[in-house]
Amino acid sequence: MCGIAGLFIKDPKLEPRLGELLAKMTSTLCSRGPDSAGFAIYGNGAAGQTKLTISGSTAEVDIARAAKLLVEAIGGGQVSVRHSHAVVTVKTEDVPRAEAWLAKNLPDVTIMSEGQRLEIYKEVGFPDDVAREFDIAKMSGTHGISHTRMATESAVTTNGAHPFSTATDQCLVHNGSLSNHASLRRELRREGIKIRTENDTEVAAGYLTRQMKNGQTLSEALKSSLDDLDGFFTFVVGTETGFGVLRDPIACKPAVMAETDEYVAFGSEYKTLTCLPGIKTARVWEPKPATVYFWEHA
Amino acid sequence: MPNVDLAETSVRELNAALHKLGKDTNETLWSIANPAGEHSIAVGVDAPITVNIGGNVGYFCGGMNKYANIVIDGSAGQGVGENMMSGRIHVKGDASQSAGATGRGGLLLVEGNASARCGISMKGIDIVVKGDIGHLSAFMGQNGRLVVFGEAGEALGDSIYEAHIYVRGPVASLGADCIEKEMRDEHKAELGELLKAAGEIHKVDVSEFRRYGSARKLYNFNIDNAGAY
Repeated sequence: MCGIAGLFIKDPKLEPRLGELLAKMTSTLCSRGPDSAGFAIYGNGAAGQTKLTISGSTAEVDIARAAKLLVEAIGGGQVSVRHSHAVVTVKTEDVPRAEAWLAKNLPDVTIMSEGQRLEIYKEVGFPDDVAREFDIAKMSGTHGISHTRMATESAVTTNGAHPFSTATDQCLVHNGSLSNHASLRRELRREGIKIRTENDTEVAAGYLTRQMKNGQTLSEALKSSLDDLDGFFTFVVGTETGFGVLRDPIACKPAVMAETDEYVAFGSEYKTLTCLPGIKTARVWEPKPATVYFWEHA
Repeated sequence: MPNVDLAETSVRELNAALHKLGKDTNETLWSIANPAGEHSIAVGVDAPITVNIGGNVGYFCGGMNKYANIVIDGSAGQGVGENMMSGRIHVKGDASQSAGATGRGGLLLVEGNASARCGISMKGIDIVVKGDIGHLSAFMGQNGRLVVFGEAGEALGDSIYEAHIYVRGPVASLGADCIEKEMRDEHKAELGELLKAAGEIHKVDVSEFRRYGSARKLYNFNIDNAGAY
């Protein structure tokens, strides 16, 4: 199973409602993925500043204290704590130093995402509870992606929940299962791509990172995944300015999309979309298999 | 005339009420409001009634239907009319994957498009789609008829047995053991009957359709292929 919701807002008037709508959409997907849930939100950002969303890999980690120590160590930054996660905003030039310091001094702390605008919140638990704990409904932004997980390929842990960050301001969620993830993980690790878990989706995220590092655009990387990833998948990806969808050539996993003048939305099921304004007159369709769809803010 | 609002009544309560109806029921016209994409609406009806559903439905709507006339004033999720036995299901919008899967009888009419695996393993159902259909439609179709006014996706009729397929538009590709066949008078007559049942007779020309079916080469094990296993 697993469920995916995505909302890309075209009319800025709707931006303050991003979190509220995404939480409502996700709520319809609880039965598809009761193990854990995650949200990627593209909110405010400032040039030259990078947001590091960090979380403890165990419940024992005091994330507020970890964030404070990190800011002290690199000599500056703002901290905002949300439940088990903290967003540490630092100067972009300090990011490599911050990452190195965390890896050395706080190995129990995971960087969920880094980017000018992206924040990722994910946790084990029933999706409605996860959304409430992070207070997703109060968040605003231009676009967001969420996932409810019914684990198949790896353990139910915070780090095994989606979304996975692929690179700066990029993230991926997945419904499906990959069968060549073990060999591909070894290959990617040899090439220096960081993969933390035994989760298949993280391998897909790492794969996209590698392809883009080698010069492909996100859209090209998604296209080549059709040849290189074995298994079934519906992917929804987010970038700083855009939102993309790809289904495997068999279209194993469900996908419904809706578009109005105000938004483009993705749902695993139609009922995911019923809370959206104007849905009754929206253009509703199923994305075609093996076809990359992408929407971007100019 | 029962009116059921799914914003107030659960699908389970609705279906339980429908299942209680006998074949001689006087409650022959049901209206369902606010379906909101819920799954399994009007599944397992076993009475000659009409069920009008005012909006989009989720998975398996009208599954296992026997005798009932179900009209969906919207689009349907996966498996609409799955394993239906008889009666009629009319989808006024689009149908998602596996529409009419394993259906044994009755008529499924889709005004819009149907996506992948339409009529997969059909066993006697008639399906008329006025738009296009997706890939792997009529896969292992054993019996029944599939009529498509628009285009068909890849691997149409893969591993087909004796289902009849009529497509007016282009076919992206044919699946294993599915071939185009001659459209003889008996087939034009059969298609005419189906168009009549769908209320489309005299609106479209049967001679514009092409017929596809089984080459019957996969029926029996061929010793020449032993090396492939």
